[in-house]
Amino acid sequence: MPELPIGEAVEKFTQFLQDHLGGAFDVFAAVLMKLVGAVYTVLVAPHPLLLIAVFAALAWLAGRRVPLVVFTVLAFLLVASMRLWVQTMQTLAVVLVAAVIAVAIGVPLGVWAARSSRVSMVIRPVLDFMQTLPVFVYLIPAVFLFGIGVVPGVVATTAFAVPPAVRLTQLGIRQVDAEVVEAAVAFGSRPWQVLREVQLPLALPSIMAGINQVIMMALSMVVIAGMVGAQGLGSVVVQSVTQLDIGKGFEGGLAVVILAIYLDRLTSAAGARDLTRGRARRRAARSDAPARHDRVRESVTTA
Amino acid sequence: MTGESPREGTVIEAKGLTKVYGMPRDKAVSALRQADERRRDAIREAGGFLAVDDVGFSVSAGEIFVIMGLSGSGKSTVLRMLNRLVEPTSGSLRIDGADLAALPQDELRRLRNRKINMVFQHFALLPHRTVRENAAYGLKVRQTPVKERMERADWALRRVGLEQWADSYPHELSGGMKQRVGLARALATDAEILLMDEPFSALDPLIRRDMQELLLQLQSEDRRTIVFVTHDLNEAMRIGDRIMVMRDGRVVQCATANEIVSAPADDYVTEFVADVDRSRVLTAGNVLRPPLVTARCGESPAEVLNRLENVEMNGIFVLDEAGRILGVATDEALAGALRDGGATIESCLAGDYHAVSPDTPIVEFCDMAGRHTVPIAVVDADRRLLGVAPRAAILAALAAPKKVRHA
Ligand SMILES: Nc1ncnc2c1ncn2[C@@H]1O[C@H](COP(=O)(O)OP(=O)(O)O)[C@@H](O)[C@H]1O
Ligand SMILES: [Mg+2]
Repeated sequence: MPELPIGEAVEKFTQFLQDHLGGAFDVFAAVLMKLVGAVYTVLVAPHPLLLIAVFAALAWLAGRRVPLVVFTVLAFLLVASMRLWVQTMQTLAVVLVAAVIAVAIGVPLGVWAARSSRVSMVIRPVLDFMQTLPVFVYLIPAVFLFGIGVVPGVVATTAFAVPPAVRLTQLGIRQVDAEVVEAAVAFGSRPWQVLREVQLPLALPSIMAGINQVIMMALSMVVIAGMVGAQGLGSVVVQSVTQLDIGKGFEGGLAVVILAIYLDRLTSAAGARDLTRGRARRRAARSDAPARHDRVRESVTTA
Repeated sequence: MTGESPREGTVIEAKGLTKVYGMPRDKAVSALRQADERRRDAIREAGGFLAVDDVGFSVSAGEIFVIMGLSGSGKSTVLRMLNRLVEPTSGSLRIDGADLAALPQDELRRLRNRKINMVFQHFALLPHRTVRENAAYGLKVRQTPVKERMERADWALRRVGLEQWADSYPHELSGGMKQRVGLARALATDAEILLMDEPFSALDPLIRRDMQELLLQLQSEDRRTIVFVTHDLNEAMRIGDRIMVMRDGRVVQCATANEIVSAPADDYVTEFVADVDRSRVLTAGNVLRPPLVTARCGESPAEVLNRLENVEMNGIFVLDEAGRILGVATDEALAGALRDGGATIESCLAGDYHAVSPDTPIVEFCDMAGRHTVPIAVVDADRRLLGVAPRAAILAALAAPKKVRHA
């Protein structure tokens, strides 16, 4: 059996990147740092109670369901009272930045893959690889290229969260009724019009499910990112593990769970709402609907 | 066959249309160079599928041209080549004389938007848009101002009887109503040509009838050129001016409903035709025979009676110089006139007969057959006798052709 020095090659490649593109990585790291910093600043600037009110309002807008609003208020009050507010906001900032980047990369890639089976064929094994690679492995090159801190955390988190965005976007667009797409083309639409007016809106539930998964992936990664020095709930958990502090660890974990449930319900409610657009209208129309139906029937038979 | 030579006012002219799926075009074209019988296999061996094979037809302005055949016979593929939703592998296609294959993309989109619209089997409405917005879709693509676009959509919805539903969403509508929106979407753009791919196949029989009537009514108001795909021969006969029957990607017969029923080209068509109500499709013209004997005014009763005896008939049409029917003379009346002596044939005339025009469906007169001493007379607009429709000929025509068993 010949020995293939794959590990060595990857190492050399990473070294090569650092030697020749080190400057670019530094700039990238600085931008990313600024971005996370900005989001973090916005999150911790207002009083926690004010921000909790904003979270509750978002929950209401997304699903118009009272239980979610009640949960939001109670859960984040709990976070604040555990004195984990700052760390939670640090984590949220990383998750938001990573998720936005992952969506910004993943959705267009998904669209591209949906429109070309060749692209899809290339992307698929890459996604499989990315999703099955143990998450820790992402951290090593990230740390190597960006050093310790929040940046490798965001990078590793993003890399980890991209695949579901690509997959579910591609799936959503492929699942759009071919006849409806055909109709748009048959009436003279340009490809981008078909995409914007038919494929993306009809794939929206699937894309939203993808975004939901991106956020969940990002959140699960962010704890691990704590190991490379990213501030936040991750580092709380990591510290309590090294100090065998059961209580602290549990509190950190609970805050992660709360954040996860909130973000999950928020995004899935927003995704589901688009499916039932026009529901209110239908309810309003229901009372006189049968009568109108009859009228149509009549005009049919007299035609 | 009427379908194969270009005619006055030809809007669509297709020649040698061929479509191979699942193969690069140049490979397919070279495989198609095979002799007729072998090309199908040659394509299959090369991993492709010959869905449409050398189809030619022409459609004239204002005509409803029906493409009929079993599922998989290539109907939808032919239809989609007419607006290049499917690119032909080979063959030529002219719309109003312009070569469709030569159109650049933006011209093609313009043509689809303004000239050729389409109605789909499963309606293909945008679920996230209201009925009005759906009806206005073509105009939106055309970038018509919103107000004008909505007015036009409302006008189109009124024509299909859906004006009260303009603000609803498609999922709130029944199937028939959804297809009305599909029709309105095409009406709103004012396209001259309408492609319809089994538009009513997904509907209940009763609703399907309503929709066929609606289509015929719309067609009588402003004549469009319609290419209509169906697998239902009764539907084809009801609405089609001409019908092209397809089998395995080839044209089996292209003719009027009447021609198809009275002279099916082969067993495949015969089997289709077996389920048709023949008495509604076949007309007096199909059972027209020359009369065995006729009499002229001025002839002597003796001579005419003699002629009747030779053919063993009981009555005879008496015609004037122009061939118009003056009346019927029965053998009894003639014999009476002979006894009286000197009486003319005019004195024997009676109105005991039934006359129809050649395009009268058999269903409208078959119960009159055999009621008189003479067969049913088939006359032109001036009541000139063209021939007769004997009872035996009517019965023979109505009897379904024997189903031929396939090996
Ligand atoms: N995109 C495609 N790729 C491969 N084969 C196709 C494609 N579209 C249609 N076919 C095949 O071509 C044949 C004719 O299809 P179609 O034109 O849809 O027939 P019809 O409308 O009469 O049912 C069928 O056997 C079908 O399986
Ligand atoms: Mg079809």
